[in-house]
Amino acid sequence: MSSPLKRTPLYHEHVAAGARMVPFGGWEMPVQYTGIIEEHRAARGAVGLFDVSHMGEFEVEGPGALAALQHLTTNDVAALEVGQVQYSVLCYPSGTIVDDLTVYRLGDERYMITVNAGNIDKDWAHVTTSTSHVKDARWRNASEGTGLVAVQGPKAEALVGRLADRDVTTIGYYRFERGTVGEVPTLISRTGYTGEDGFELYAPADGTAQLWKALLAAGRADSAVPVGLGARDTLRLEMKYALYGNDIDETTNALEAGLGWVVKPAKGEFIGREALEKTRAEGLRRRLVGIEMVDKAVARHGYPVQKDGNAIGVVTSGSYGPSVDRYIGIAYVETPLAAVGTALEVEIRGQGKAARVARTPFYPPKVKKPA
Amino acid sequence: MANIPKDLKYTREHEWAKQEGDRVRVGITDYAQSELGDVVFVELPKIGAKVTAAKNFGVVESVKAVSDLFAPISGEVVEVNAELGQKPETVNQDPYGKGWMLAVKPSSKAEWDQLLTAQQYEALIAQGGH
Repeated sequence: MSSPLKRTPLYHEHVAAGARMVPFGGWEMPVQYTGIIEEHRAARGAVGLFDVSHMGEFEVEGPGALAALQHLTTNDVAALEVGQVQYSVLCYPSGTIVDDLTVYRLGDERYMITVNAGNIDKDWAHVTTSTSHVKDARWRNASEGTGLVAVQGPKAEALVGRLADRDVTTIGYYRFERGTVGEVPTLISRTGYTGEDGFELYAPADGTAQLWKALLAAGRADSAVPVGLGARDTLRLEMKYALYGNDIDETTNALEAGLGWVVKPAKGEFIGREALEKTRAEGLRRRLVGIEMVDKAVARHGYPVQKDGNAIGVVTSGSYGPSVDRYIGIAYVETPLAAVGTALEVEIRGQGKAARVARTPFYPPKVKKPA
Repeated sequence: MANIPKDLKYTREHEWAKQEGDRVRVGITDYAQSELGDVVFVELPKIGAKVTAAKNFGVVESVKAVSDLFAPISGEVVEVNAELGQKPETVNQDPYGKGWMLAVKPSSKAEWDQLLTAQQYEALIAQGGH
């Protein structure tokens, strides 16, 4: 891994703001500006601004675009209306995960998918080669030219609303509209990765700094602060949102990862369908669950999970949850031990520390669900 | 700039040591707490435990990372900061004061002289802390 780290259009803004920059998925990203817990609380209590421009965007267009996406993804793309967004998964034939993603229906025969930053090259190869047999579907990798800013928190709607050329209160959860924000042409998407209400704003790369500055300036009245990847991680952990590379990857099955709600075999053929149908019929060997520590200790990615001293799983994410004030985590455990309340141990530095399966999300989501 | 009190001694692993009569008080430096970020968990030995110079005596965890703690000197633990169990953030707020971790009764006087002076520790940090 000697290739130089990539930078988002907001790199210089982060450095000027005193952010601590770290390598993440091949990118040089801000992990924190003032402190992870303070930034976490700002997003829960007011509004946080996140640079997620490192994420990848691919567009697919043409009469075959729907067929291409139906073949690639587990969810039913035919159910999407223009202006609607869908969470989904790209699987291998084995039912394990290439990536998780969101699918945007931009027009009748035009879609955009948003993929994880560290997977852009792998995903691009996967989507183009796996759909080379699909006629009339033209793919375009828009990742380099696209910036992405997430605005998340109870004051996100008011902040984006003040800068937008339209009424954003009418944009429903997992819906989007095109407009301008801070006079920058933007795709305004009511989505996020925090459990808070808010938006993800897609903008041209060369307009992203203007958008960011406009949000920071107008957001002063709302106590808006930039939020780094550190708090992005604790915010999503409290929601038990999966993070690719931690909780899900090419070795984990979409069903055992708890993503069965976006696996729709009734729609017809897709990559991984056969394997997932088989898994469903046979039953899941293990499940991804939330855990909370009973003993005082922090569970971390890779720590073994035990029951009465026997290995029965592994921690995939873990930290301190600032809004729940507990040490929480996500872990794969054998199915018979996945029920909420089940007593387990996490092996931490050679010692079994008491934990239990917890109800999730750990923190109640505040997203704007359709009425 | 990191605060480096002149009257303390330091390790290359960013612990400080302070002579208090026949005991040595131990904690982590301002530079260390700043590099770690928000401390959310501290694991310390029990009173009566033996620690060995340059060997691991406990763990400090921030939101993102787990870091070992290294003893500046060998000896017996005679006091432990139990407050850090409930308020680990004290390590960030007051690393040289309320955020102290251990008091040790040293078994060797010679080890004290092996520790870095404030000036030497400052030079270490200026080189990037490694």
